[in-house]
Amino acid sequence: MNRDAPLVLGIETSCDETGIGIVRGRELLANVISSSMDEHARYGGVVPEVAARAHLEALRPALTEAVATAGIQLSDLDAVAVTSGPGLSGALMVGVGAAKALALSLDKPIYAVNHLVGHVGADVLGDEGPLEYPTIALLVSGGHTSLLLVRDLTSDVELLGETIDDAAGEAFDKVARILGLPYPGGPHIDRVAAEGDPKAIRFPRGLTLPKDMDKHRYDFSFSGLKTAVARWVEVRRDAGEEVPIADVAASFREAVIDVLTSKAIAACKDYGVPRLLLGGGVVANARLREVAQQRATSAGVQLRIPAFSLCTDNGAMIAALASELIMEGAEPSSLNFGADSTLPVTDIQVH
Amino acid sequence: MSCVILAVDTSAGTSIAVVVDGVVKAHRSTPDTMRHAEIVGSYINETLTEAGITASEVSHVAAGMGPGPFTGLRVGIAAADAFAFGAGAILLPMNSHDAIALEHLDGDRGNNLVVTTDARRKEEYVSFYNGLDDDGCPVRNYGPAIQKPGEFDAAESGYVRAEEVSAAWLGVLAQRMLGAGREFLPFEALYLRSPDVTMSNGPKRVVQEGRTK
Ligand SMILES: [Zn+2]
Repeated sequence: MNRDAPLVLGIETSCDETGIGIVRGRELLANVISSSMDEHARYGGVVPEVAARAHLEALRPALTEAVATAGIQLSDLDAVAVTSGPGLSGALMVGVGAAKALALSLDKPIYAVNHLVGHVGADVLGDEGPLEYPTIALLVSGGHTSLLLVRDLTSDVELLGETIDDAAGEAFDKVARILGLPYPGGPHIDRVAAEGDPKAIRFPRGLTLPKDMDKHRYDFSFSGLKTAVARWVEVRRDAGEEVPIADVAASFREAVIDVLTSKAIAACKDYGVPRLLLGGGVVANARLREVAQQRATSAGVQLRIPAFSLCTDNGAMIAALASELIMEGAEPSSLNFGADSTLPVTDIQVH
Repeated sequence: MSCVILAVDTSAGTSIAVVVDGVVKAHRSTPDTMRHAEIVGSYINETLTEAGITASEVSHVAAGMGPGPFTGLRVGIAAADAFAFGAGAILLPMNSHDAIALEHLDGDRGNNLVVTTDARRKEEYVSFYNGLDDDGCPVRNYGPAIQKPGEFDAAESGYVRAEEVSAAWLGVLAQRMLGAGREFLPFEALYLRSPDVTMSNGPKRVVQEGRTK
Protein backbone atom coordinates (compact mmCIF):
# COMPACT_ATOMS: atom_id res chain seq x y z
CA MET A 1 0.00 0.00 0.00
CA ASN A 2 1.19 3.47 -0.91
CA ARG A 3 1.48 5.35 2.39
CA ASP A 4 2.89 8.59 0.95
CA ALA A 5 -0.10 9.68 -1.12
CA PRO A 6 -2.66 6.87 -0.98
CA LEU A 7 -5.45 6.70 -3.52
CA VAL A 8 -8.62 6.27 -1.43
CA LEU A 9 -12.31 5.98 -2.33
CA GLY A 10 -14.66 7.10 0.46
CA ILE A 11 -18.32 6.17 0.92
CA GLU A 12 -20.61 8.32 3.08
CA THR A 13 -24.27 7.42 3.74
CA SER A 14 -24.94 8.64 7.29
CA CYS A 15 -27.92 10.87 6.51
CA ASP A 16 -29.63 11.99 3.30
CA GLU A 17 -26.61 12.43 1.01
CA THR A 18 -24.98 9.53 -0.81
CA GLY A 19 -21.41 10.72 -1.10
CA ILE A 20 -18.59 9.07 -3.06
CA GLY A 21 -15.24 10.83 -2.95
CA ILE A 22 -11.81 9.95 -4.27
CA VAL A 23 -8.57 11.51 -3.00
CA ARG A 24 -4.87 10.95 -3.61
CA GLY A 25 -3.12 11.94 -0.40
CA ARG A 26 -4.50 15.44 0.20
CA GLU A 27 -5.52 16.00 -3.39
CA LEU A 28 -9.23 15.91 -4.21
CA LEU A 29 -9.95 13.94 -7.39
CA ALA A 30 -13.74 13.47 -7.21
CA ASN A 31 -16.58 14.45 -4.89
CA VAL A 32 -19.93 13.14 -6.10
CA ILE A 33 -22.96 13.87 -3.91
CA SER A 34 -26.42 12.52 -4.61
CA SER A 35 -29.03 13.99 -2.26
CA SER A 36 -32.48 12.66 -1.41
CA MET A 37 -33.45 16.03 0.10
CA ASP A 38 -36.27 16.62 -2.38
CA GLU A 39 -37.93 13.34 -1.33
CA HIS A 40 -37.96 14.50 2.30
CA ALA A 41 -39.43 17.91 1.52
CA ARG A 42 -43.02 16.69 1.68
CA TYR A 43 -42.43 15.29 5.17
CA GLY A 44 -40.73 18.44 6.48
CA GLY A 45 -37.63 16.56 7.65
CA VAL A 46 -35.35 13.64 6.87
CA VAL A 47 -37.24 10.32 6.95
CA PRO A 48 -34.70 7.57 7.75
CA GLU A 49 -36.37 4.85 5.66
CA VAL A 50 -36.69 7.17 2.65
CA ALA A 51 -33.02 8.14 3.00
CA ALA A 52 -31.86 4.52 3.24
CA ARG A 53 -33.85 3.48 0.15
CA ALA A 54 -32.37 6.38 -1.79
CA HIS A 55 -28.80 5.39 -0.82
CA LEU A 56 -29.25 1.92 -2.29
CA GLU A 57 -30.42 3.34 -5.61
CA ALA A 58 -27.83 6.11 -5.74
CA LEU A 59 -24.74 4.04 -4.88
CA ARG A 60 -23.85 2.55 -8.26
CA PRO A 61 -24.44 5.73 -10.31
CA ALA A 62 -22.41 7.77 -7.80
CA LEU A 63 -19.57 5.22 -7.78
CA THR A 64 -19.50 5.16 -11.57
CA GLU A 65 -19.45 8.95 -11.81
CA ALA A 66 -16.76 9.36 -9.15
CA VAL A 67 -14.41 6.89 -10.80
CA ALA A 68 -14.93 8.54 -14.20
CA THR A 69 -14.41 12.05 -12.78
CA ALA A 70 -11.23 11.02 -10.97
CA GLY A 71 -9.95 9.35 -14.14
CA ILE A 72 -8.62 6.36 -12.21
CA GLN A 73 -8.80 2.60 -12.52
CA LEU A 74 -10.46 0.87 -9.57
CA SER A 75 -7.47 -1.46 -9.41
CA ASP A 76 -5.23 1.56 -8.69
CA LEU A 77 -6.99 2.24 -5.35
CA ASP A 78 -4.94 1.76 -2.21
CA ALA A 79 -7.96 1.51 0.09
CA VAL A 80 -11.72 1.89 0.49
CA ALA A 81 -13.05 4.09 3.31
CA VAL A 82 -16.53 4.29 4.79
CA THR A 83 -18.48 6.12 7.48
CA SER A 84 -19.21 3.73 10.35
CA GLY A 85 -21.08 6.39 12.37
CA PRO A 86 -22.55 8.44 13.88
CA GLY A 87 -25.71 8.82 11.79
CA LEU A 88 -28.96 7.07 10.89
CA SER A 89 -28.30 3.37 11.36
CA GLY A 90 -30.34 2.06 8.40
CA ALA A 91 -28.64 4.58 6.14
CA LEU A 92 -25.17 3.84 7.50
CA MET A 93 -25.65 0.10 6.93
CA VAL A 94 -26.05 0.58 3.19
CA GLY A 95 -22.64 2.23 3.00
CA VAL A 96 -21.00 -0.31 5.31
CA GLY A 97 -22.31 -3.28 3.30
CA ALA A 98 -21.27 -1.70 0.01
CA ALA A 99 -17.82 -0.63 1.22
CA LYS A 100 -16.91 -4.06 2.60
CA ALA A 101 -17.97 -5.77 -0.62
CA LEU A 102 -16.19 -3.21 -2.80
CA ALA A 103 -12.97 -3.62 -0.82
CA LEU A 104 -13.20 -7.42 -1.12
CA SER A 105 -14.01 -7.26 -4.83
CA LEU A 106 -10.79 -5.28 -5.36
CA ASP A 107 -8.75 -7.14 -2.72
CA LYS A 108 -8.01 -3.79 -0.99
CA PRO A 109 -7.95 -2.86 2.71
CA ILE A 110 -10.89 -1.03 4.28
CA TYR A 111 -10.87 1.88 6.74
CA ALA A 112 -14.03 2.53 8.79
CA VAL A 113 -14.02 6.09 10.09
CA ASN A 114 -15.96 8.62 12.15
CA HIS A 115 -18.33 10.96 10.30
CA LEU A 116 -17.80 13.95 12.59
CA VAL A 117 -14.02 13.69 12.45
CA GLY A 118 -14.46 13.37 8.68
CA HIS A 119 -15.97 16.87 8.65
CA VAL A 120 -12.73 18.11 10.21
CA GLY A 121 -10.69 16.01 7.78
CA ALA A 122 -12.33 17.77 4.82
CA ASP A 123 -10.16 20.76 5.59
CA VAL A 124 -6.94 19.07 4.45
CA LEU A 125 -8.32 19.02 0.89
CA GLY A 126 -8.52 22.82 0.69
CA ASP A 127 -5.75 24.96 -0.74
CA GLU A 128 -5.14 26.95 2.45
CA GLY A 129 -2.28 24.68 3.44
CA PRO A 130 -2.23 22.07 6.17
CA LEU A 131 -4.45 22.44 9.20
CA GLU A 132 -2.54 23.45 12.31
CA TYR A 133 -3.22 21.85 15.66
CA PRO A 134 -4.80 22.16 18.03
CA THR A 135 -7.99 23.61 16.56
CA ILE A 136 -11.55 24.03 17.75
CA ALA A 137 -14.11 22.68 15.25
CA LEU A 138 -17.76 23.72 15.16
CA LEU A 139 -19.84 21.27 13.11
CA VAL A 140 -23.40 22.33 12.38
CA SER A 141 -25.90 20.53 10.17
CA GLY A 142 -29.40 19.12 10.11
CA GLY A 143 -28.08 16.04 11.91
CA HIS A 144 -25.57 17.37 14.40
CA THR A 145 -24.33 20.40 16.32
CA SER A 146 -20.97 19.60 17.87
CA LEU A 147 -18.02 21.49 19.27
CA LEU A 148 -14.74 19.59 19.11
CA LEU A 149 -11.22 20.13 20.34
CA VAL A 150 -8.94 18.58 17.74
CA ARG A 151 -5.41 18.12 19.03
CA ASP A 152 -4.58 15.72 16.23
CA LEU A 153 -6.87 14.71 13.38
CA THR A 154 -5.88 11.05 13.40
CA SER A 155 -5.29 10.43 17.08
CA ASP A 156 -6.74 12.98 19.47
CA VAL A 157 -10.23 14.47 19.12
CA GLU A 158 -12.31 15.48 22.12
CA LEU A 159 -16.00 16.34 22.21
CA LEU A 160 -16.41 19.58 24.17
CA GLY A 161 -20.15 19.84 23.67
CA GLU A 162 -23.09 19.06 21.45
CA THR A 163 -26.80 19.71 21.20
CA ILE A 164 -28.86 18.21 23.98
CA ASP A 165 -32.02 18.23 21.84
CA ASP A 166 -32.44 19.43 18.22
CA ALA A 167 -29.58 19.97 15.79
CA ALA A 168 -29.29 23.60 14.62
CA GLY A 169 -30.31 22.63 11.08
CA GLU A 170 -33.41 20.91 12.47
CA ALA A 171 -34.35 24.10 14.33
CA PHE A 172 -34.17 26.01 11.03
CA ASP A 173 -36.50 23.42 9.44
CA LYS A 174 -39.01 23.59 12.29
CA VAL A 175 -39.09 27.38 12.47
CA ALA A 176 -39.47 27.55 8.69
CA ARG A 177 -42.56 25.40 9.07
CA ILE A 178 -43.96 27.69 11.77
CA LEU A 179 -43.48 30.61 9.39
CA GLY A 180 -44.99 28.73 6.44
CA LEU A 181 -41.68 28.51 4.58
CA PRO A 182 -40.59 25.43 2.58
CA TYR A 183 -38.12 22.67 3.52
CA PRO A 184 -35.17 22.75 3.94
CA GLY A 185 -35.59 25.72 6.25
CA GLY A 186 -32.04 27.10 6.25
CA PRO A 187 -31.92 28.78 2.84
CA HIS A 188 -35.53 30.04 3.11
CA ILE A 189 -35.05 31.57 6.56
CA ASP A 190 -31.86 33.14 5.26
CA ARG A 191 -33.67 34.63 2.26
CA VAL A 192 -36.55 36.07 4.30
CA ALA A 193 -34.25 37.25 7.12
CA ALA A 194 -32.32 39.49 4.73
CA GLU A 195 -35.24 41.97 4.88
CA GLY A 196 -35.72 41.69 8.64
CA ASP A 197 -34.31 43.28 11.78
CA PRO A 198 -32.26 40.74 13.80
CA LYS A 199 -32.81 42.85 16.93
CA ALA A 200 -36.60 43.15 16.50
CA ILE A 201 -37.37 40.29 18.92
CA ARG A 202 -35.10 39.02 21.68
CA PHE A 203 -35.46 35.23 21.47
CA PRO A 204 -33.82 33.10 24.18
CA ARG A 205 -30.21 31.91 23.84
CA GLY A 206 -30.29 28.28 24.99
CA LEU A 207 -27.86 27.13 27.71
CA THR A 208 -26.17 30.52 28.08
CA LEU A 209 -27.47 31.52 31.52
CA PRO A 210 -24.93 31.28 34.37
CA LYS A 211 -26.83 28.36 35.95
CA ASP A 212 -26.58 26.37 32.70
CA MET A 213 -22.99 27.28 31.95
CA ASP A 214 -21.58 25.13 34.77
CA LYS A 215 -22.88 21.90 33.35
CA HIS A 216 -23.41 22.83 29.69
CA ARG A 217 -20.69 25.34 28.93
CA TYR A 218 -20.20 24.03 25.38
CA ASP A 219 -23.54 22.31 24.85
CA PHE A 220 -26.37 23.64 22.73
CA SER A 221 -30.15 23.55 22.97
CA PHE A 222 -32.50 24.77 20.27
CA SER A 223 -35.75 23.19 21.34
CA GLY A 224 -36.66 26.04 23.72
CA LEU A 225 -35.85 28.62 21.06
CA LYS A 226 -38.11 26.87 18.57
CA THR A 227 -40.94 26.81 21.13
CA ALA A 228 -40.39 30.49 21.93
CA VAL A 229 -40.70 31.37 18.25
CA ALA A 230 -43.85 29.27 17.91
CA ARG A 231 -45.41 30.90 20.97
CA TRP A 232 -44.52 34.42 19.77
CA VAL A 233 -46.07 33.76 16.36
CA GLU A 234 -49.20 32.07 17.74
CA VAL A 235 -49.96 34.89 20.14
CA ARG A 236 -49.83 37.42 17.26
CA ARG A 237 -51.92 35.23 14.98
CA ASP A 238 -54.52 34.55 17.69
CA ALA A 239 -54.82 38.30 18.24
CA GLY A 240 -55.41 38.73 14.52
CA GLU A 241 -52.18 40.64 14.09
CA GLU A 242 -49.92 40.43 11.07
CA VAL A 243 -46.79 38.35 11.81
CA PRO A 244 -43.63 40.17 10.73
CA ILE A 245 -42.08 37.09 9.09
CA ALA A 246 -38.85 38.81 8.11
CA ASP A 247 -38.22 40.11 11.64
CA VAL A 248 -39.04 36.74 13.22
CA ALA A 249 -36.74 34.93 10.78
CA ALA A 250 -33.90 37.42 11.29
CA SER A 251 -34.26 37.41 15.09
CA PHE A 252 -34.42 33.60 15.24
CA ARG A 253 -31.40 33.24 12.98
CA GLU A 254 -29.49 35.75 15.09
CA ALA A 255 -30.26 33.81 18.26
CA VAL A 256 -28.94 30.55 16.75
CA ILE A 257 -25.83 32.15 15.32
CA ASP A 258 -25.14 34.11 18.50
CA VAL A 259 -25.06 30.95 20.60
CA LEU A 260 -23.08 28.91 18.08
CA THR A 261 -20.36 31.48 17.57
CA SER A 262 -20.11 32.71 21.17
CA LYS A 263 -19.66 29.17 22.51
CA ALA A 264 -17.12 28.34 19.80
CA ILE A 265 -15.08 31.49 20.50
CA ALA A 266 -15.36 30.83 24.25
CA ALA A 267 -13.86 27.38 23.68
CA CYS A 268 -10.99 28.94 21.71
CA LYS A 269 -10.29 31.33 24.59
CA ASP A 270 -10.71 28.76 27.38
CA TYR A 271 -8.33 26.31 25.74
CA GLY A 272 -5.96 28.95 24.38
CA VAL A 273 -6.52 27.70 20.84
CA PRO A 274 -6.30 30.50 18.26
CA ARG A 275 -7.91 28.46 15.46
CA LEU A 276 -11.54 27.72 14.63
CA LEU A 277 -12.77 25.45 11.86
CA LEU A 278 -16.39 25.41 10.65
CA GLY A 279 -18.06 22.42 9.00
CA GLY A 280 -21.49 20.97 8.21
CA GLY A 281 -24.26 22.12 5.89
CA VAL A 282 -25.36 25.08 8.02
CA VAL A 283 -22.06 26.72 7.06
CA ALA A 284 -23.91 27.67 3.86
CA ASN A 285 -25.58 30.35 5.99
CA ALA A 286 -23.93 33.63 5.02
CA ARG A 287 -24.82 35.32 8.30
CA LEU A 288 -23.16 32.52 10.29
CA ARG A 289 -19.95 32.94 8.30
CA GLU A 290 -20.10 36.71 8.73
CA VAL A 291 -20.64 36.70 12.51
CA ALA A 292 -18.07 33.92 12.97
CA GLN A 293 -15.53 35.98 11.03
CA GLN A 294 -16.23 39.16 13.05
CA ARG A 295 -15.95 37.41 16.39
CA ALA A 296 -12.92 35.36 15.36
CA THR A 297 -11.11 38.48 14.19
CA SER A 298 -11.81 40.41 17.36
CA ALA A 299 -10.72 37.44 19.48
CA GLY A 300 -7.53 36.95 17.47
CA VAL A 301 -8.70 33.57 16.23
CA GLN A 302 -7.91 32.31 12.74
CA LEU A 303 -11.11 31.07 11.05
CA ARG A 304 -11.15 28.29 8.44
CA ILE A 305 -14.14 27.29 6.38
CA PRO A 306 -13.72 24.54 3.75
CA ALA A 307 -15.44 24.93 0.37
CA PHE A 308 -19.18 24.40 0.71
CA SER A 309 -19.14 21.10 -1.27
CA LEU A 310 -16.75 19.80 1.40
CA CYS A 311 -18.85 21.15 4.31
CA THR A 312 -22.05 19.25 3.58
CA ASP A 313 -21.92 15.50 4.08
CA ASN A 314 -19.67 14.01 1.40
CA GLY A 315 -17.47 11.03 0.60
CA ALA A 316 -14.33 13.06 -0.05
CA MET A 317 -14.00 13.97 3.64
CA ILE A 318 -14.24 10.28 4.54
CA ALA A 319 -11.58 9.40 1.96
CA ALA A 320 -9.45 12.32 3.21
CA LEU A 321 -9.60 11.18 6.84
CA ALA A 322 -8.70 7.61 5.84
CA SER A 323 -5.87 8.95 3.70
CA GLU A 324 -4.48 10.83 6.72
CA LEU A 325 -4.77 7.67 8.83
CA ILE A 326 -2.93 5.65 6.18
CA MET A 327 -0.18 8.27 5.93
CA GLU A 328 0.18 8.05 9.72
CA GLY A 329 0.66 4.30 9.43
CA ALA A 330 -2.75 3.18 10.72
CA GLU A 331 -3.65 -0.45 10.13
CA PRO A 332 -6.86 -1.26 8.19
CA SER A 333 -10.13 -2.01 9.96
CA SER A 334 -11.26 -5.62 10.24
CA LEU A 335 -14.22 -6.87 8.22
CA ASN A 336 -16.36 -7.11 11.36
CA PHE A 337 -17.30 -3.51 12.19
CA GLY A 338 -20.90 -2.41 11.93
CA ALA A 339 -22.90 0.78 11.64
CA ASP A 340 -22.77 2.67 14.94
CA SER A 341 -25.40 5.40 15.09
CA THR A 342 -23.89 6.89 18.26
CA LEU A 343 -20.18 6.44 17.55
CA PRO A 344 -18.25 8.83 19.88
CA VAL A 345 -15.78 11.28 18.29
CA THR A 346 -12.96 9.71 20.23
CA ASP A 347 -13.33 6.67 17.96
CA ILE A 348 -11.69 8.24 14.91
CA GLN A 349 -11.25 4.85 13.25
CA VAL A 350 -13.33 1.77 14.00
CA HIS A 351 -11.48 -1.52 14.03
CA MET B 1 -15.43 -20.44 -19.54
CA SER B 2 -16.90 -21.40 -16.24
CA CYS B 3 -19.67 -19.55 -14.50
CA VAL B 4 -18.60 -18.35 -11.06
CA ILE B 5 -21.49 -16.98 -9.01
CA LEU B 6 -21.22 -15.16 -5.70
CA ALA B 7 -24.70 -15.34 -4.15
CA VAL B 8 -25.75 -12.88 -1.45
CA ASP B 9 -28.99 -12.80 0.52
CA THR B 10 -29.86 -10.79 3.63
CA SER B 11 -33.63 -10.88 3.33
CA ALA B 12 -33.84 -12.95 6.53
CA GLY B 13 -30.47 -13.65 8.18
CA THR B 14 -27.20 -13.37 6.28
CA SER B 15 -26.34 -16.02 3.70
CA ILE B 16 -23.44 -16.05 1.24
CA ALA B 17 -22.39 -18.78 -1.19
CA VAL B 18 -20.01 -19.41 -4.05
CA VAL B 19 -21.48 -21.56 -6.83
CA VAL B 20 -19.26 -22.66 -9.71
CA ASP B 21 -20.97 -24.15 -12.77
CA GLY B 22 -23.98 -25.06 -10.66
CA VAL B 23 -21.98 -26.70 -7.87
CA VAL B 24 -21.98 -25.15 -4.40
CA LYS B 25 -18.34 -24.66 -3.44
CA ALA B 26 -18.80 -22.77 -0.18
CA HIS B 27 -21.70 -21.55 1.93
CA ARG B 28 -22.04 -19.48 5.13
CA SER B 29 -25.37 -18.76 6.74
CA THR B 30 -26.83 -17.44 9.97
CA PRO B 31 -30.43 -16.71 10.97
CA ASP B 32 -29.24 -13.68 13.00
CA THR B 33 -31.38 -10.77 11.83
CA MET B 34 -29.53 -8.08 13.80
CA ARG B 35 -25.99 -8.16 12.44
CA HIS B 36 -26.12 -8.13 8.63
CA ALA B 37 -23.68 -5.23 8.24
CA GLU B 38 -21.19 -6.80 10.68
CA ILE B 39 -21.28 -10.26 9.11
CA VAL B 40 -21.61 -9.73 5.37
CA GLY B 41 -17.95 -8.90 4.70
CA SER B 42 -16.35 -11.80 6.53
CA TYR B 43 -18.83 -14.28 5.00
CA ILE B 44 -17.97 -13.10 1.49
CA ASN B 45 -14.28 -13.34 2.33
CA GLU B 46 -14.59 -16.81 3.89
CA THR B 47 -16.68 -18.32 1.11
CA LEU B 48 -14.37 -17.03 -1.63
CA THR B 49 -11.33 -18.34 0.24
CA GLU B 50 -12.93 -21.73 0.91
CA ALA B 51 -13.99 -22.03 -2.73
CA GLY B 52 -10.47 -21.12 -3.85
CA ILE B 53 -11.84 -18.27 -5.93
CA THR B 54 -10.32 -14.81 -6.27
CA ALA B 55 -12.66 -11.83 -6.56
CA SER B 56 -11.65 -11.16 -10.16
CA GLU B 57 -12.76 -14.70 -11.12
CA VAL B 58 -16.37 -14.01 -10.07
CA SER B 59 -18.43 -13.67 -13.25
CA HIS B 60 -21.88 -13.08 -11.72
CA VAL B 61 -23.27 -11.83 -8.42
CA ALA B 62 -26.73 -13.14 -7.51
CA ALA B 63 -28.58 -10.75 -5.21
CA GLY B 64 -31.64 -11.72 -3.17
CA MET B 65 -33.85 -8.64 -3.54
CA GLY B 66 -36.35 -9.77 -0.92
CA PRO B 67 -39.08 -9.72 0.10
CA GLY B 68 -37.74 -8.92 3.53
CA PRO B 69 -37.87 -6.39 6.33
CA PHE B 70 -36.29 -3.16 5.18
CA THR B 71 -33.07 -2.53 7.03
CA GLY B 72 -31.22 -5.82 6.77
CA LEU B 73 -32.41 -6.57 3.25
CA ARG B 74 -30.56 -3.54 1.90
CA VAL B 75 -27.18 -4.59 3.35
CA GLY B 76 -26.92 -7.63 1.10
CA ILE B 77 -28.23 -5.84 -1.97
CA ALA B 78 -25.75 -2.99 -1.48
CA ALA B 79 -22.94 -5.50 -0.95
CA ALA B 80 -23.88 -7.51 -4.03
CA ASP B 81 -24.14 -4.40 -6.18
CA ALA B 82 -20.82 -2.98 -4.97
CA PHE B 83 -19.05 -6.32 -5.38
CA ALA B 84 -20.33 -6.63 -8.95
CA PHE B 85 -19.19 -3.06 -9.63
CA GLY B 86 -15.71 -3.67 -8.26
CA ALA B 87 -15.18 -7.10 -9.81
CA GLY B 88 -16.68 -6.15 -13.17
CA ALA B 89 -19.19 -8.98 -12.71
CA ILE B 90 -22.81 -9.12 -13.86
CA LEU B 91 -25.40 -8.45 -11.16
CA LEU B 92 -28.38 -10.83 -11.13
CA PRO B 93 -31.25 -9.46 -9.01
CA MET B 94 -33.53 -12.31 -7.86
CA ASN B 95 -36.57 -13.08 -5.76
CA SER B 96 -35.44 -14.55 -2.43
CA HIS B 97 -38.60 -16.69 -2.08
CA ASP B 98 -37.68 -18.46 -5.33
CA ALA B 99 -34.53 -19.80 -3.66
CA ILE B 100 -36.60 -21.25 -0.80
CA ALA B 101 -39.04 -22.78 -3.25
CA LEU B 102 -36.21 -24.45 -5.14
CA GLU B 103 -34.69 -25.78 -1.91
CA HIS B 104 -38.01 -27.47 -1.03
CA LEU B 105 -39.20 -28.52 -4.49
CA ASP B 106 -35.96 -29.66 -6.14
CA GLY B 107 -36.42 -33.08 -7.69
CA ASP B 108 -40.08 -32.98 -6.72
CA ARG B 109 -42.03 -31.35 -9.54
CA GLY B 110 -45.73 -30.73 -9.46
CA ASN B 111 -46.04 -30.06 -5.77
CA ASN B 112 -47.61 -26.89 -4.45
CA LEU B 113 -45.77 -24.73 -1.97
CA VAL B 114 -46.43 -21.53 -0.05
CA VAL B 115 -43.46 -19.47 1.12
CA THR B 116 -44.01 -16.74 3.69
CA THR B 117 -41.81 -14.16 5.39
CA ASP B 118 -42.77 -12.25 8.50
CA ALA B 119 -43.48 -8.70 7.32
CA ARG B 120 -44.09 -7.50 10.90
CA ARG B 121 -47.20 -5.69 12.04
CA LYS B 122 -49.15 -8.95 11.78
CA GLU B 123 -48.62 -9.24 8.04
CA GLU B 124 -46.71 -11.68 5.84
CA TYR B 125 -44.99 -11.62 2.51
CA VAL B 126 -46.46 -14.56 0.60
CA SER B 127 -45.51 -16.41 -2.61
CA PHE B 128 -47.32 -19.45 -4.10
CA TYR B 129 -45.51 -22.04 -6.20
CA ASN B 130 -46.61 -24.88 -8.41
CA GLY B 131 -43.63 -27.21 -8.75
CA LEU B 132 -40.68 -26.78 -11.08
CA ASP B 133 -40.60 -26.20 -14.81
CA ASP B 134 -38.55 -28.14 -17.38
CA ASP B 135 -35.48 -26.05 -16.61
CA GLY B 136 -35.72 -26.89 -12.91
CA CYS B 137 -36.85 -23.39 -11.92
CA PRO B 138 -39.77 -22.93 -9.48
CA VAL B 139 -43.09 -21.88 -11.06
CA ARG B 140 -44.37 -18.93 -9.04
CA ASN B 141 -48.04 -18.33 -9.77
CA TYR B 142 -48.74 -15.74 -7.10
CA GLY B 143 -46.75 -13.12 -5.22
CA PRO B 144 -44.67 -12.01 -3.59
CA ALA B 145 -47.45 -9.99 -2.04
CA ILE B 146 -48.32 -8.69 1.39
CA GLN B 147 -51.18 -10.45 3.21
CA LYS B 148 -52.67 -10.91 6.63
CA PRO B 149 -52.51 -14.49 7.94
CA GLY B 150 -55.83 -16.17 7.15
CA GLU B 151 -56.11 -14.37 3.81
CA PHE B 152 -54.39 -17.31 2.17
CA ASP B 153 -55.01 -21.02 2.47
CA ALA B 154 -51.92 -23.16 2.86
CA ALA B 155 -53.80 -26.35 3.71
CA GLU B 156 -53.52 -27.88 0.24
CA SER B 157 -49.86 -27.01 -0.07
CA GLY B 158 -46.54 -27.35 1.61
CA TYR B 159 -45.88 -24.34 3.78
CA VAL B 160 -42.48 -22.84 4.48
CA ARG B 161 -41.61 -19.91 6.71
CA ALA B 162 -38.62 -18.09 5.27
CA GLU B 163 -36.66 -17.80 8.49
CA GLU B 164 -33.46 -18.47 6.56
CA VAL B 165 -32.89 -17.98 2.87
CA SER B 166 -30.08 -20.11 1.48
CA ALA B 167 -27.69 -18.25 -0.80
CA ALA B 168 -26.49 -21.66 -1.98
CA TRP B 169 -29.90 -22.36 -3.49
CA LEU B 170 -30.09 -18.79 -4.76
CA GLY B 171 -26.82 -19.38 -6.60
CA VAL B 172 -27.96 -22.73 -7.99
CA LEU B 173 -31.17 -21.13 -9.23
CA ALA B 174 -29.19 -18.27 -10.79
CA GLN B 175 -27.14 -20.82 -12.70
CA ARG B 176 -30.29 -22.59 -13.96
CA MET B 177 -31.91 -19.30 -14.96
CA LEU B 178 -28.76 -18.21 -16.81
CA GLY B 179 -28.63 -21.57 -18.59
CA ALA B 180 -32.28 -21.27 -19.59
CA GLY B 181 -31.91 -17.65 -20.70
CA ARG B 182 -34.39 -16.39 -18.09
CA GLU B 183 -34.92 -12.75 -17.27
CA PHE B 184 -33.76 -11.47 -13.92
CA LEU B 185 -35.49 -8.78 -11.84
CA PRO B 186 -34.89 -5.07 -12.23
CA PHE B 187 -32.60 -3.56 -9.57
CA GLU B 188 -35.35 -2.78 -7.06
CA ALA B 189 -35.58 -4.13 -3.54
CA LEU B 190 -38.85 -6.00 -2.92
CA TYR B 191 -39.98 -3.96 0.07
CA LEU B 192 -43.66 -4.52 -0.86
CA ARG B 193 -44.58 -1.69 1.45
CA SER B 194 -44.21 2.09 1.47
CA PRO B 195 -41.92 3.73 4.02
CA ASP B 196 -43.57 4.23 7.41
CA VAL B 197 -44.10 7.95 7.51
CA THR B 198 -46.90 10.20 8.53
CA MET B 199 -47.40 13.36 6.56
CA SER B 200 -47.02 16.48 8.64
CA ASN B 201 -50.19 18.50 9.15
CA GLY B 202 -48.36 21.74 9.79
CA PRO B 203 -46.72 22.79 13.03
CA LYS B 204 -48.18 21.72 16.35
CA ARG B 205 -49.51 24.47 18.60
CA VAL B 206 -47.48 25.21 21.71
CA VAL B 207 -49.94 27.64 23.29
CA GLN B 208 -53.06 25.91 24.62
CA GLU B 209 -56.34 27.17 23.15
CA GLY B 210 -57.98 29.72 25.41
CA ARG B 211 -54.85 30.57 27.35
CA THR B 212 -54.02 33.53 25.16
CA LYS B 213 -57.30 35.30 25.74
ZN1 LIG C 1 -22.46 15.61 8.79
